[in-house]
Amino acid sequence: MARITAGVGSSHVPLLGVAVDQGKTEDEYFGPIFKGYEWTKNWEKEEKPDVIILVYNDHASAFDMKFIPTFAIGCSESYKPADEGWGPRDVPDVEGHPDLAWHIAQSLILDEFDMTIINEMDVDHGLTVPMSMMYGQPEKWPVKVVPLAVNVVTYPVPSGNRCWALGEAIKRAVESFPEDLNVQIWGTGGMSHQLQGPRAGLLNREWDNKFLDLMVGDSDAARYIPHIEYLRETGSEGIEMVMWLIMRGALGKKTKCLHRHYHIPCSNTAIGHIVLEPDN
Amino acid sequence: MVSKSQDRDIHEYLAELEDIPGTRVFTAARARKGYWLNQFAMSLMKPENREAWKADERKYLDRWPMTDEQKEAILARDYNRCLDLGGNVYFLAKVFSTDGLSFAEAVSTMTDMSFPEYRDMMMKGGRSAQGNRSIKANLASATAENNKGVN
Repeated sequence: MARITAGVGSSHVPLLGVAVDQGKTEDEYFGPIFKGYEWTKNWEKEEKPDVIILVYNDHASAFDMKFIPTFAIGCSESYKPADEGWGPRDVPDVEGHPDLAWHIAQSLILDEFDMTIINEMDVDHGLTVPMSMMYGQPEKWPVKVVPLAVNVVTYPVPSGNRCWALGEAIKRAVESFPEDLNVQIWGTGGMSHQLQGPRAGLLNREWDNKFLDLMVGDSDAARYIPHIEYLRETGSEGIEMVMWLIMRGALGKKTKCLHRHYHIPCSNTAIGHIVLEPDN
Repeated sequence: MVSKSQDRDIHEYLAELEDIPGTRVFTAARARKGYWLNQFAMSLMKPENREAWKADERKYLDRWPMTDEQKEAILARDYNRCLDLGGNVYFLAKVFSTDGLSFAEAVSTMTDMSFPEYRDMMMKGGRSAQGNRSIKANLASATAENNKGVN
């Protein structure tokens, strides 16, 4: 039987991809950021997950304004890195797991989540930057990926509660997949940042850390944080943190924290990541 | 706390999104207004379109059913104006990336700071949420301050 063995929450700042691609990961600016991921990189080498369900948001790369799916799942054999306006990143194609993805899609739809099914798309920094942070620069990614894209751009975005419930449904879906697979779920994006308007540059260390606290243990208080609180406290793009709730919801009632890291600033944002294990 | 759907008033929800200082939340109203502006920006993901855009910006813009205001705002790289006219930063990013600007530099042009000042603010922990949470709350506290002076 497939099982979810761990959850990872991580920011997905595009500049980090640039730092990896240009070999700047140890300089004064990027050093403290990449150091925080060392533990996780080593841990991933030991854990060797077969598949990652990677929750992320597309930044107007695969989806333009023509279609705006709230929740979409990639069921493809593979995904190419997107050209985000400066040419595609020189990273390997991402290998999918269509059997597991289609299984999850069916299970979620029967669980009353209206999933959009994607058979062809390119993936942007939202997905490839966390891969680089955890796996560096391999010839080929050592893991298969089921991309799960969430609309956190056009309002209303899904509520925290809905995201948490989707995570719970993903857990049920994975556990009913007959193949023996070690599956992780990653919630990417987020921590405080605002990329627009005169209030740009907002960072909120205190709030971000309160949010990280809520990921650990048996509290489900984070699912009830309203959109307006994310917007006021963490900036307009801090709303991406609702995607971490899908990851958290998929880990069951209680979690244990294996690693936690937070740093300010990375480009315009706070960067944080957390590694969690189900503790039920 | 999240309210049950039958208790939620969509108008109150939307009104709150407009109460954040210096912020244009990408609501349906903005998405509708900015549809072609954003689709134009999106087209710059293709190398051949970037070339055509760089060769003659005005001519390239005229291929799109955008308003004159939107075209002027883009040509002036007035990103706050673009946001007012329905642009979204993830789409507008295609324009500033084509210009060779980093996210941080492009974002700084929307503030009242120069890029070095903005970078310095970020290095010092960024802009504080304090005093930046609510337009209404800021007005109320300014009124209270003024009244104190009068009394």
